This record gives sequence, C-alpha cells and structure tokens, in this order.
Amino acid sequence: MEKIIAGIPVQVNEEGYLTDFSQWNQAVGTELAQEASIAMTPRHWEVIAYLQKEFKNDVPLSIRKIGKSGVVDIKEFYQLFPMAPLKTASKIAGIPKPVSCI
Amino acid sequence: MKRIIILGAGTAGTMMANHLHHRLNASEWEIDIIDERKEHYYQPGYLFLPFDIYEPEDIIKPIHDFIPKRVNLINETIERVAPQEQYVSMINGDRLHYDILIIATGCKIAPEETEGMEGAEWQKSVFDFYTFEGALALRNKLREWEGGKMVVHITEMPIKCPVAPLEFAFLADSYFKHKNMRDEVELTFVTPLSGAFTKPKATAALEHLLEEKHIKIESDFAIERIDNEQKTIIDYGGRTIPFDLLVTVPTNKGDEVMARSGMGDDLNYVPTHKATLQSKNWPNIFVLGDASDIPASKAGSVAHFEAEILTDNILHYIAGEPLKEEFDGHANCFVETGNGKALLIDFNYTHEPVEGTFPFPGIGPLRLMKESRINHMGKLAFRWIYWNMLLKGTHIPFVSATMSESGKNFD
Repeated sequence: MEKIIAGIPVQVNEEGYLTDFSQWNQAVGTELAQEASIAMTPRHWEVIAYLQKEFKNDVPLSIRKIGKSGVVDIKEFYQLFPMAPLKTASKIAGIPKPVSCI
Repeated sequence: MKRIIILGAGTAGTMMANHLHHRLNASEWEIDIIDERKEHYYQPGYLFLPFDIYEPEDIIKPIHDFIPKRVNLINETIERVAPQEQYVSMINGDRLHYDILIIATGCKIAPEETEGMEGAEWQKSVFDFYTFEGALALRNKLREWEGGKMVVHITEMPIKCPVAPLEFAFLADSYFKHKNMRDEVELTFVTPLSGAFTKPKATAALEHLLEEKHIKIESDFAIERIDNEQKTIIDYGGRTIPFDLLVTVPTNKGDEVMARSGMGDDLNYVPTHKATLQSKNWPNIFVLGDASDIPASKAGSVAHFEAEILTDNILHYIAGEPLKEEFDGHANCFVETGNGKALLIDFNYTHEPVEGTFPFPGIGPLRLMKESRINHMGKLAFRWIYWNMLLKGTHIPFVSATMSESGKNFD
C-alpha cells in the first residue's frame, strides 16, 4: 500500500515497513521515528546506518548479532529504541522486519 | 574402499545411516557413524515427562538397536573435524579419513549464555525441559509444587521445536486443572517474538487458545538476566517479570565440535545451502537436522524430510551429477493443546501454516490448525512411528518430503 511520509509517497506493507528501500531517505526515517515517539540523535543514525549496511550485505539481523557488532551494546540499543528495538529500528531504517525466527 | 562418516547418531544421523545402508554398494563404501552417547533419547518425550504422561523408559533406547549391522557405530567423543584434510579426530587420538562427511550433531541448550540462569535457583525454581535431566527434575518439582506464578519462557530464537514452549504452557494448564489447583497457578508465557508463534495465521490461532486457557502472554521480551534473589527475569529494557517457578528454554547452540573445528557461525550452526543441504564451504560435506543454519524449523519432521532428499543428493554427488535443489523447508508438527487435544501444522519456507485437511485433501482424517482429539492420537501414535519407522528411514505413507499445497485453505 502507499503512504505519504515526509511529503513523499512510499510503498509500505500492512505493518508499516517500507517495501522498497530505495524510497528511503533521512526525512522519511525521521518521520517514521516520530511515529514511534523517538527523537533521532546522531547516535540513533549511527545505529540505523549499521543496520542498513548489514541489510545491503544480506546479513540477517538479530539482537545477539547487534550486541556483538561493536557498534552498540544491547543495553544502549534498548535505550535508543525502547520496547522492541530491532523491529522499531528496522522500520525507521526502511528495511524489512527482521526474521530472526522460524 | 571409500568412507562416508556421519557425525551424531541422533534422529537425523540415525535416519541417514539407515537410508545410506540401503542405497550404497557395500563393496565400495564403508559407512561409519560416531556418537559419544550410548542411548538414543526420544526428544519429543521431554514435553510429556514433566507431567507424568511418559515415564523415562518410554523415551530411552540403546543407539545400537537402530543402527544397521553393516554400519560401524563408533562410541567416541569427537575432538574436531579437519575439513581441508578430510579427517575426523577423536579425543582418544584416533583419526578417520573420509570421502564424504555428514554433519548431524544437532543443537543443545546453553544456559550459561544468560546471566544468572545457572545461579542458586537452577533446578530449584528455575528449570529447563529440553534435556532429559531437566525434564525429570521438573517432573519431581511439579509433583510437590503448591502453586504460584509459573512463567514459561523462551530466551532467544532459534530454538529446537519452536512450538514446544507453547505446548508446555497448554499442558501445564491441563495438568493443574486435573490436580484441582488451576486457581492456585498464574500462568504467563514470555517470548522474544512479537506474538505466540513465528507465522501470522498460526499465531492468531494459538493466541486465541492462550486467551481461552487464561495464559497471559508477554511478548518482545529479550532477557538480560535472572535475579535469583528476587526471583525475577529482567529484559534489556528493564522490564521485570516475577516468578515462583520459571520454566525456561535457554539459548540453543550447535555442538561445540563445530566451534573447535572453525565450521560454525556465532551459534555454532554450520552454513548450509537450504535447498541441497550441501555445506556452503566444502562440497563433500553435507548437513542435516538441527546442526545446520538453514531457515527451517529445528524439528524431527524436518530432519526426516531432509534425510530423504539428502540421500538422493549424496548419490548424485557420488555419481558426479548436479545436486537436486529440492528441500523446501517442509515441517509437519503436532501441537499439544491440553485436555487430550492437539492441532497439526504443516508448512515450509514459503507457505505458512493454514487450515485444511491432512494428508488427504478434503478428507483428513487430521485437521490442520484446528484442535481435535484425533490430532492428539496422532501425536501419541507418533512415538511408535518414531521408534519403528522414522529412525529406520521407512517412508511414512502419504506424507511427502516436499510440502503438498492441496487440501489447504490458502487465501
């Protein structure tokens, strides 16, 4: 389905995740963060950039992997993106919902 | 004479030994299977042991009863695999060269991954049921437990048999009802997932059952540690859940042998092609069952379907032919829902579980995604099928290795 985010029409799925990463930009990310009541800081963007890099390299993401990434530890990851950090951060990053599970 | 070595004589390894023994020429191939244990455990039985439904003798049999005579069963601990040099070394110093290696070393719990899990309360008020010892200790605890807050908990995915924790919660509800103490027990299901299961339609059906049975669900809970003094579990966000009795599924990891051999990922699972079951790094190494990193359920049914396809692929490999990219992630699982009922789910990499009939389209007799008594009979009958057909590699009639789409109500 189509949704207007930061003034641009983008394709999202029923849970609000972007389905086409090429439609993402920082303004889109900022607005998605606001929907989750998160005010983005440079530290937030560093984590988002890491997630996007892993996504582009086809590396499946999990809380465990992020904790071992050296970019952010799990505690801080939760502070930055409270409640369900991997899902929230993935949505803001414009990448698919992580499938860490079968 | 060429040699094929199977590492691990659990469900997957035993099935491969039986298949290959029938299909490989005895004058050309020696088949060895290595396991440090002497006993084969029927792991689905661990779910029933805590509730006094099965006795220990129902679920343990000698490994050698299930290994064909012509296959060499080697009862030793593996030190490591040298994939470049193509040998397996044992703790006792023996070294075995192989032409083809099959890895079926499974996965096991790693409670040491979570702070406080193996603390003062381990096997006092903190239990696992993914090991024989854990399930037995839990049975003894439940026999005398007088009630309180029972928390059924998953540490992180992936785990062996992802429906087992839910089944445990359902069976606990039923068990306490029969003991006339259900009102004394507050049951909570805690999961790192966003819902009861990993696939949307099954999640909706299972969450409905949780509600019906008054089992509370706490989702998106990534545990940081267990506080043994306060008897609470705490997640990285600071969320705290109190317990009187914690039944946890610890982190699952592949075997340490894979770490020692430098062949596993960060959880010791071996990188494997999901359609051919060939190792991604060494063409003469194949992986099946819980030991691989493929995105399929870690379940006996998956190993069974894999074994049929992998056997064909090993014959193709020997003949120098291209491998069949056939494995579709097919899983077929009975889900015990308590009170003598169960539901059945059938799914693969691309198709989530839906409602329908199985194995005969429109007829059944088993119903997919719906609770029924006949499904429960199926689950109990499965123990006989396991010992008498599955391990021996006998094809289960009417159930194909790849998933069938007929008889299912896809949207």
